[in-house]
Amino acid sequence: MNQESQQPSSRGSATELVRAGLKRRYAREKRFRLYGLTAIFGSLAFLAVLIISITVRGLPAFQQTFIQLDVTLDAGTLGLTDNPDNAALLKANYNGVIKKALLASFPDVKKRNDKKALYKLMSKGAQYDLQRKLIADPELIGQSKTYWLPAGDDANGYMKGIVDTTLPEKKRRFKDNQIAWVETLKSEKRIAQRFNKTFFERGDSREPEMAGIRGALFGSILTLFVTLMLSFPVAVAAAIYLEEFAPKNKWTDLIEVNINNLAAVPSIVFGLLGLAVFINFFHLPRSAPLVGGLVLSLMTLPTIIISSRAALKSVPPSIRDAALGLGASRLQVVFHHVLPLALPGILTGTIIGMAQALGETAPLLMIGMVAFIVDVPTSLTDPATVLPVQIFQWADLPEKGFVERTSAAIMVLLAFLIAMNAFAVMLRRKFERKW
Amino acid sequence: MNLEQDQAEQTIDEIVASLGDTVGETRVENPKMSATGVDVFYADKQAIYGVDLDIANNEVIAMIGPSGCGKSTLLRCLNRMNDTIPICRVTGELTLDGEDIYNKDTDPVLLRARVGMVFQKPNPFPKSIYENVAYGPRLHGLSRNKADLDDIVVTSLRKAGIYNEVKDRLDAPGTGLSGGQQQRLCIARTIACSPEVILMDEPCSALDPIATAKIEELIDELRENYAIAIVTHSMQQAARVSQRTAYFHLGKLVEVGDTDTIFTNPSHELTENYITGRFG
Repeated sequence: MNQESQQPSSRGSATELVRAGLKRRYAREKRFRLYGLTAIFGSLAFLAVLIISITVRGLPAFQQTFIQLDVTLDAGTLGLTDNPDNAALLKANYNGVIKKALLASFPDVKKRNDKKALYKLMSKGAQYDLQRKLIADPELIGQSKTYWLPAGDDANGYMKGIVDTTLPEKKRRFKDNQIAWVETLKSEKRIAQRFNKTFFERGDSREPEMAGIRGALFGSILTLFVTLMLSFPVAVAAAIYLEEFAPKNKWTDLIEVNINNLAAVPSIVFGLLGLAVFINFFHLPRSAPLVGGLVLSLMTLPTIIISSRAALKSVPPSIRDAALGLGASRLQVVFHHVLPLALPGILTGTIIGMAQALGETAPLLMIGMVAFIVDVPTSLTDPATVLPVQIFQWADLPEKGFVERTSAAIMVLLAFLIAMNAFAVMLRRKFERKW
Repeated sequence: MNLEQDQAEQTIDEIVASLGDTVGETRVENPKMSATGVDVFYADKQAIYGVDLDIANNEVIAMIGPSGCGKSTLLRCLNRMNDTIPICRVTGELTLDGEDIYNKDTDPVLLRARVGMVFQKPNPFPKSIYENVAYGPRLHGLSRNKADLDDIVVTSLRKAGIYNEVKDRLDAPGTGLSGGQQQRLCIARTIACSPEVILMDEPCSALDPIATAKIEELIDELRENYAIAIVTHSMQQAARVSQRTAYFHLGKLVEVGDTDTIFTNPSHELTENYITGRFG
């Protein structure tokens, strides 16, 4: 196309020049759209891969293998006297009962090593199940009962097909005799997979089949509750003051710069601050959701302040003029008109801030929320851990049960996140509908 | 203050000085509002130079002049809307019923309840038509009960000549009305506070001729009860609705007088140039 180099001598040639360039312009536009589509589909594909892989790995965690045992709860084996108190019930030898029941099911097992292998079919947590049943109802002592008790990690893995039986026996943890026993149980329909209630009912444990997400979930809920209660009102108040009332001078400029910088501070720094100030200076309890929430509030504040200021700024000044002109005071202008109109934007900022807080691990490690905590926290000062820290901890453990639980915990975290966001979006819709 | 003026740019000062004193009678008997030697500064820049002007009861005064001549600034001084601009500074005397409105004791909230304002762009609240009008009375506690409030709303809408168009949908959003209806709703909203003065800042600049005609008719009716100051870019509009006209140029009040006289026989050359369309 040499026309471009020619001088447009008349209107006709100018039209020619435009026409000549048109094709290239459209091609550029098409290319750009193609880039955009590729980017979107690329990221969607990655997202799909992520979700599918997590789901595939995590779903087995919602199933747990149980073995049916005929247990004789005689006082002798349990080591209990008549009318035992709670302390005695807690210390009783439930393992002995379970071992006896196993041996009764497989009377051929005589050798010491074989016995040990047989005992490993059961989870170490099975005794606690029995313990709980007995404490709930001490009348059971002396009776024979049939219970479904949780299987050990290896048996559970074998039932789920994770154990590679083609390997030579020496190279795997689950031995041939154990496989034979499980197969026997299977044929007798005394081993089965059931929904893993434990996962949702218990806190952490060293035994994967006993480990649950409830402790971390409640820790997260309590921590985020503190974060929301502190950061939302403080941030919105700060944003309103800075945007609507504060004079514009070098001090407010300085504050603004600092808020923007705080939003970019690595979160672990807030953890160090929390450790130094809240724990070492104010002597608040370690590992507590209260301190976690305080630290995460510090981190979330700048995010909410910045987005709230943007939302307040985007309310048309004509609305302020209108209200002022009618004789509303500045506070009335803000609370009657500006804030309701800015609320959807403020909520968006809050969602982003809370989502960040939910996924935050580093600052919480600094204040001890990484401790191994078995109990489900019930108050703000109970030791607790949170979902991302729990995932981080489980991901480190070698047992097969923990590998699948890691993915399951990620699923719980994502579900929590989605529920939280859905709630916020619903709230935002509600306020947006007021025109 | 003299220091400030010295620091201001010389050329503009010279031009302003060359404009001379205001031509025509700035004072009226029994003024509702009155400006004496009003200077307005935005930071170091002076926007209004020593304006003297009275606003009379039951009269519409039109403020005309080229863009940036300070007419809107003066209007916004009259109910202290300029307070919201931190760099804006007003000196001189502005009175309402003889009381200085920039006095420390004067409450801007009370002032704005007495001196209502209608803005250039219709700016109804994103609420229902009813809520738009009821907001002011509710704010100032003008009604004793719901029936009272209903009464104020209906009366205000009637006075603004929009009641018949909206009586069936008082719960509909005010922002859903047409531009002209929105502006009349804003006027109703202003009237609902029972002001004594109504300031209008180019109220028809965003409206079509039919809506404009309706608003002008309305302004003429409102004159019976209120003192009205209107800023406008349309000379025809000034001629149609006002009894007195003030011509501003570069922050100075050049000429003021009866609208008929200004438009048929202006005394100042600049006024003549402006209204004949030779300039501005």
